[in-house]
Amino acid sequence: MVITGYVLEIAQVILALLLAPGLAGFVRWLKARLQNRRGAPPWQPYFELRKLFGKEVVMSNNASWLFRIAPYIIFASTITVTLLVPMIVAPLALDGMGDLLMVVYLLLLGTFFLALAGLDPGTAFGGMGASREMTVAAIAEPTIALAIFGLALSAGSTNLGRIVTQELANTAVTLSPGHILAFVALFIVTLAETGRLPVDNPATHLELTMIHEAMILEYSGRYLALIEWASWLKLTIFFTLLSNLFVPWGIATTFDPAALAVAVIALIVKLAVLGGIIAVVETRVAKLRLFRVPELLGASFVLALLAVTSSFVLK
Amino acid sequence: MTIVLFLVMIAAYGFGAFVALLGGRGPIGRWLVAAGAVIGAGAGCAFGAVVIISGQPFTLSIPELLPIAGGLALRLDPLGAFFLVVIGVGAIPAAIYGAGYTKAYENGRASLRLLGVMFNLFLLAMSLVTLADNVLTFLLMWEGMSLTSYFLVITESSEDGTLRAGNWYAAMTHAGLALLLAAFVLLMNGGAGAFADLRSSAGTLSPEARNLIFVLALLGFGSKAGIVPLHVWLPRAHPAAPSHVSALMSGVMIKLGVYGLLRVALDLLGGGPSWWGALVLGLGVASALLGVLYALMEHDLKRLLAYHSVENIGIIFIGLGAGLIFHSSHLMTLAALGFIGGLYHTINHASFKGLLFLGAGSVLHATGTRNMEEMGGLIKRMPWTALFFLVGSAAISALPPLNGFASEWLVFQSLLGGLNLPAPEIALTIPLAVGMLALTSGLAAACFVKAFGISFLAIPRSHEAENAHESPLSMRVGMMILALACVALGLAPFAVVPVLGGVLAGLGGLPDTRPVFTLDLSVHAPAGFAQISPTWIALGLLILLVLVPLVMRFMRVNRKLRVGDTWGCGRIGQTPRMEYTATSFAEPLRRVFAELYRPTKELSIDFHPESKYFVKSIKYSSRITPLFDRVLYDPLLRLVQRISRQVRRIQAGSLHLYLMYVAVILILLLIAARWF
Amino acid sequence: MPALFKKILQTGIVTEPLGPDEAEIIQLVAQVDRKVQQLLGRALAIREVDAGSCNGCELEITGLTGPVYDSERFGIHFVASPRHADMLLVTGPVTRNMEVPLRKTYEATPDPKLVVAVGDCAKTCGVFKGSYAVIGSIDKVIPVDVFVPGCPPEPADILRGILAALDRMPTKRT
Repeated sequence: MVITGYVLEIAQVILALLLAPGLAGFVRWLKARLQNRRGAPPWQPYFELRKLFGKEVVMSNNASWLFRIAPYIIFASTITVTLLVPMIVAPLALDGMGDLLMVVYLLLLGTFFLALAGLDPGTAFGGMGASREMTVAAIAEPTIALAIFGLALSAGSTNLGRIVTQELANTAVTLSPGHILAFVALFIVTLAETGRLPVDNPATHLELTMIHEAMILEYSGRYLALIEWASWLKLTIFFTLLSNLFVPWGIATTFDPAALAVAVIALIVKLAVLGGIIAVVETRVAKLRLFRVPELLGASFVLALLAVTSSFVLK
Repeated sequence: MTIVLFLVMIAAYGFGAFVALLGGRGPIGRWLVAAGAVIGAGAGCAFGAVVIISGQPFTLSIPELLPIAGGLALRLDPLGAFFLVVIGVGAIPAAIYGAGYTKAYENGRASLRLLGVMFNLFLLAMSLVTLADNVLTFLLMWEGMSLTSYFLVITESSEDGTLRAGNWYAAMTHAGLALLLAAFVLLMNGGAGAFADLRSSAGTLSPEARNLIFVLALLGFGSKAGIVPLHVWLPRAHPAAPSHVSALMSGVMIKLGVYGLLRVALDLLGGGPSWWGALVLGLGVASALLGVLYALMEHDLKRLLAYHSVENIGIIFIGLGAGLIFHSSHLMTLAALGFIGGLYHTINHASFKGLLFLGAGSVLHATGTRNMEEMGGLIKRMPWTALFFLVGSAAISALPPLNGFASEWLVFQSLLGGLNLPAPEIALTIPLAVGMLALTSGLAAACFVKAFGISFLAIPRSHEAENAHESPLSMRVGMMILALACVALGLAPFAVVPVLGGVLAGLGGLPDTRPVFTLDLSVHAPAGFAQISPTWIALGLLILLVLVPLVMRFMRVNRKLRVGDTWGCGRIGQTPRMEYTATSFAEPLRRVFAELYRPTKELSIDFHPESKYFVKSIKYSSRITPLFDRVLYDPLLRLVQRISRQVRRIQAGSLHLYLMYVAVILILLLIAARWF
Repeated sequence: MPALFKKILQTGIVTEPLGPDEAEIIQLVAQVDRKVQQLLGRALAIREVDAGSCNGCELEITGLTGPVYDSERFGIHFVASPRHADMLLVTGPVTRNMEVPLRKTYEATPDPKLVVAVGDCAKTCGVFKGSYAVIGSIDKVIPVDVFVPGCPPEPADILRGILAALDRMPTKRT
């Protein structure tokens, strides 16, 4: 039984790694369709990864060892997060290794090194991206913390496995206003943290409007592949959090093969639905000016605060 | 055993001071001075550890030594012992580092003799503060600590602004002393000053008196700790002091403010109403947020770190505040969690802030500047310093698996327990505190991306940075010890947390929480049953860092690497002027928080006399005056100056007039004495 | 908001199928390495370099990413940095000022990489031939794999050129 748990952990990491490019590709494909284009097939990101791993790396002569180690740290920290987030089964064998705060700060570890790597080659664009990314990350932080607070309030814990199992046991909590508000708040933060519209445009070619892209302009080859994969993985992680923490149904609570199969399908369906929402949102909204982003995140903070307050009042 | 360690500690510090007094120049002299401090701090550390582990307080009373008010009374209980360990953790590396760092003073820029004497006496006074067991001893040692550190701050008195910084420090710390004096006089209530007596008589004080004592103590100790709005001396004094002294003052000395507050509020007064905790929590939140916001705008590396001390003291106070709130509601396990978070952050801050100040000192040593805009590219020229500074930056940004995360996690967990509080008006402020704490840590990460990225990465921005050199071995060893401490404290919360639980056991009726926190490789927060294990996370990260490249090699990815020019959209050359600066890095946040900063801008363009389409030079300057300087200290200083001008009138310089003043006062006193 | 999505649904996919190879237009200069074709065939990132064109070609290139020509359906997309690119799409004769930047862009692009020169000017310098500001055709500065003639070539031709370099020409249908 214990062994099965650890095997499932590894299986989940592999599943996340495999799903992540597909999710990003699916969003892109859907967006292309919404632009009345044929678009690249959803599996296009896999080809991109294969290609990037096959290319050489060109590195700036100003860059230091930090530039070379950063992609590995970003990738490793993101994978570590996938060990903690219940995707198909809850609670996970390694649930006690970290809680939601650990998840958030591990992701911040990746962002931290990405921003430093952006500064390392000494280009203006890299510095600009680093500055903006850290600004957005910092302002998004309070909302995340409060959303966690809201979740922990009803579950009595910040550990993800416990939150999910508590919610499955108590459906009324899942559909409470506090939860719905927290979901919306976290959804806005997801847009900001994963560099989607209206905060950052993942498809932009104009350096001056970039946030995430600007930091990785100097990366190429395998390093770029790792960073891109990690950012797709981050999108998958945030989607999984949104779906499994707020709509936990379908997730397996035992290691029963049938339940696990259902859980995998449920996960894919949930991710696809969220991907669809993102695609529709991105078709509809325009990118915000950078200095309007704090207003958006401020609004999400207020939503999260309302979520906590209402959970508390209704407790 | 303990008495031996105690005597070794005293003797070693004394030896260090004595050697310094005799001269203490040259490599041998400097090393002997440092050896005194290292042995003293080591003995102190061991002394504290023994007391913590055995749980047996150490007592020594020497009433004959100072035959007033109970004389010198020394007692080391686990709480004091913990702070003695913190002193050791900060002092050993700082002293080793100082042996190399002070070489620069051999040319007579500052008095090595004064520095060496004061350095050892400062450590001694700090150690004795934790040992003090009556009011007299405590205040004496407290003042000794302030005076010696004042002399340390003005070591480089020939530099511009150092004396001014010293004046700020002296003024603030003595204002604090005055408040403490008042607090202790009220607490003694006409009785003796032994802490044991105070503890037993505190219950008989009226609530108003207790409240007054608490507020006075909070402000008094707060001025030492550097909470907002009493933090103004930190950003002035820390940059002025030699770097290993800054490391000690910021890493260790300000923590004694935390110690004093815990001693008075929790131990002597035995806790109080919940608004005490709310006040501490509120001050903590304000300090954390304002500290980091002003740090973001600083481009003086050491001043930036000083503002971060304000931030981290704020985080510690958030932990203490949460603890006090829970304590007043008798939620003892949660209270212990809050205090443990605060204390854990105390030792963590001592390690990473000490490390960062030492790193900043190395940079200053190598480039001769504290201005980040003139650094850059140091990671290639000083790789060790860069690595250590990076560890410190990650730790202070609360990134797992380093130590800042472990303690901030505990503080978060204690706050998350806040909804168990019976009083809804306080329970509902807790979410705001959670949000602000999260914002603080996010901004801290942004700030340290700036601090490390601008100072150490990319191309050098000045000739000095271009020719920087790695610092000598002693300085690197000093930094390495602290970097290892950061890692160790981060990986071992499962060992640290129960120890802290033991330290707190019994204070103000706190139960022994050691059984509540499990001793496997993870940390459980008792109330929420949350659980993390930084150790396993670190192991996982490490495995993945090895595994990913291995898998990549196995999958035969292209491993070619070519070094070329930086891509700059095809432009021909790259100069440091094209790089992002610290100012531009912080610009988005300056805009976001413009309401707070209220920056003043000045733009002057020098046109060519013939045509305004040809610009000869553009000069842009922007200044930010900190909020409390603007609304509190500037008016206060003006008021003091105005009063001084008035007072000057009665100083006419005539001897007859002065004699008349004496006579008048004498008569008034006589009348007063007759009256009462 | 409903109006927008109603419009989207009513319009449907407007991408036109790409006609088969008209080999005479595209000139493969160097035989493109088969391994490179295999690697880049399914995912190609392009960095556009204007080495001094009149911007006529740029206008046509812009059409590639639009809904009608939709280069993305072949896995071809434009990127902001040559570090991310696999192919340089170069237009115009090389002007003196753009010679070094063009070479730098080529150096900044990681191997394996392709170069497609678009427009008549890229090969012959067109009307700019002999100008003091022009140093010559693209292949004087960097090695070119495919020339796409035309003044300007239409988007479909450019797309065919790119696909020819990748050896991914559609057979009869898309």
